[in-house]
Amino acid sequence: MLALKNLVKTYDNGHQAVKNISVDIKQGEFIVLVGPSGCGKSSILRSIAGLEPITSGEIQLNNRRIDTEKPATRDIAMVFQNYALYPHMTVYENLAYGLKNRGVDRDTIESKIEHVSKTLKIADYLDRKPAKLSGGQRQRVAMGRAIVRDPQLFLFDEPLSNLDASLRAHMRLEIKKLQRELAVTSVYVTHDQVEAMTLADRIIVLNQGVIEQVGTPAEVYHKPASTFVASFIGSPAMNFHPAEIVEGVINFEHQSVFLPEYAHLPTQKIQLGIRPEHALIEPSNTGLSFSLTVQAVEPLGPNQLVHGLVHDKVFTALTPELHFANKEVLTLNVASQYLHLFDSEGKRLIADTNVLAQAS
Amino acid sequence: MKQNQWLDHVILILGALFMIIPIWLIFASSTHNPNTIISEGLQWLPGGNFTSVYSEVWNKSIGFSTDVNAKSMIINSMIMGLGFAIGKIIISMMAAYALVYFRMPFASLWFWLIFVTLLLPLEVRIIPSYEVVANLGMLNSFSGLILPLIASATATFFFRQFFRTIPNELLEAAQLDNAGPVRFFIDILLPLSKTMIAAIFIIMFVVGWNQYLWPIMMTTDESYNTIVMGIKQLLSDISQSSQPRYDQAFALVIFAMLPPILVVIIFQRWFVKGLVETEK
Repeated sequence: MLALKNLVKTYDNGHQAVKNISVDIKQGEFIVLVGPSGCGKSSILRSIAGLEPITSGEIQLNNRRIDTEKPATRDIAMVFQNYALYPHMTVYENLAYGLKNRGVDRDTIESKIEHVSKTLKIADYLDRKPAKLSGGQRQRVAMGRAIVRDPQLFLFDEPLSNLDASLRAHMRLEIKKLQRELAVTSVYVTHDQVEAMTLADRIIVLNQGVIEQVGTPAEVYHKPASTFVASFIGSPAMNFHPAEIVEGVINFEHQSVFLPEYAHLPTQKIQLGIRPEHALIEPSNTGLSFSLTVQAVEPLGPNQLVHGLVHDKVFTALTPELHFANKEVLTLNVASQYLHLFDSEGKRLIADTNVLAQAS
Repeated sequence: MKQNQWLDHVILILGALFMIIPIWLIFASSTHNPNTIISEGLQWLPGGNFTSVYSEVWNKSIGFSTDVNAKSMIINSMIMGLGFAIGKIIISMMAAYALVYFRMPFASLWFWLIFVTLLLPLEVRIIPSYEVVANLGMLNSFSGLILPLIASATATFFFRQFFRTIPNELLEAAQLDNAGPVRFFIDILLPLSKTMIAAIFIIMFVVGWNQYLWPIMMTTDESYNTIVMGIKQLLSDISQSSQPRYDQAFALVIFAMLPPILVVIIFQRWFVKGLVETEK
């Protein structure tokens, strides 16, 4: 459907924002590009929209090369971060403008807008100016302007970042429902990993212009391809501690655990990744136990974050609401399936799936 | 707080009186018999000659060889003021549009070139300007009066600064909505600039209206006299006359002031309304 082939984007000042990226996006898929600021996600989106020229590579939409075309002829609609509604036009005129400029006749425009405004529940304020609308309503109008054109592709540029937290959660759900309903292929850019996890069919995690991982939200969360992905996806971030693997035995400070699925790996220094929510106070049959010296507790309501030291390195655990004194020493247990192993360069070490299959 | 407000009002009222009293004196005096003004000085209360003096100044030629009266001079001034304001707005908006939205080579150099012309006021370049206008055969014509001064660095600068505050995403949204450069200018930029246009219009109309040196240089034909020139003419007439018509001179001053005042009042409302309503 949408294919990016060896996409490179270098800015005039020599900064290479996108470094040779290739992705294939399927019909109707909701793709979320996620990464910290400066990772190139916006550059990719703007290149697809045609708002920025690409340096090399190719963009294809339905097997039609579009990167040489004008933005208007690409059959793409975009929802901007600050909505970019025309402030002097009414909601109706905002929705109609793109159609009018494409020579669509008045009756068709009217019936299309009527349909879209019903879907988005904005029919009541079609004759208002954007300034008289609330943030959520403006957001809907911005989506309406994209939908009304029936494009082949939707682009979203951090559309929820200007909304307050509760409205953001609400609109997130609406966007997801709407995308399912319309079944239009969508590319969504965000720096918010919660948005990425909840909305995406597939997440593309970017770091410094390079794809770190492409996968479903579950894959990205459970099998992060690198320490970067592991620390970016999931909140609070994963803990990393240096360890060593010798013939499948992981030596972590003074504990060790045998993981047969990693027995094929050569002896090496590794980074052991443990998510805060997987470090439990309850004892576990398999896996690692270690002690944590409590330094600070952050209550979150249903549970709490416990910050402390494990062998002089900072560690964060997510525990139920319990009272811990300062400097108290807790024993934390991590089941072996929740241990993430990364090599010294931060790449995930691959488990031998045959061994896992035999074990179960 | 209350005390402060009270003080603010006193200052405002004093300022307003300071500005209004001279005008009132002129207006009140203009309705008196010229002999009263000469013997008793400026008058605080209006006299009885209002209609006769004003209709005479409006319709009859005073102190000119040909048939030049307040009406014809106001029309000339109107043409100057409107021509100045509208022409300057059109030219400077287009210049600013090019400077802000088109990737021109040396864009900032062009901008600074335009901007430094602010350092050269009309008086400095009046001889070469005259030479150019004379060689083009545009002396004694409205195009000769208006066109040479129609480029405005000030207005270009204001529009440039204003366009730069318009979010770039609006341009991008318009691009996706299939609006080319001309459509974007007419459909988006022009309506958004309404308040800016009103502000520039006020300034430029008054500037055009008050031009004195330029029309004096460019026109020798009395039928092109503007009202500001007319006042001067009348004053020099008065100094030579045995029976100076100060009442007529004052009435002409009042006539000369009215149109700019109207323009300011009308456009100021629009200007303020626009400021209050638009939200970017």
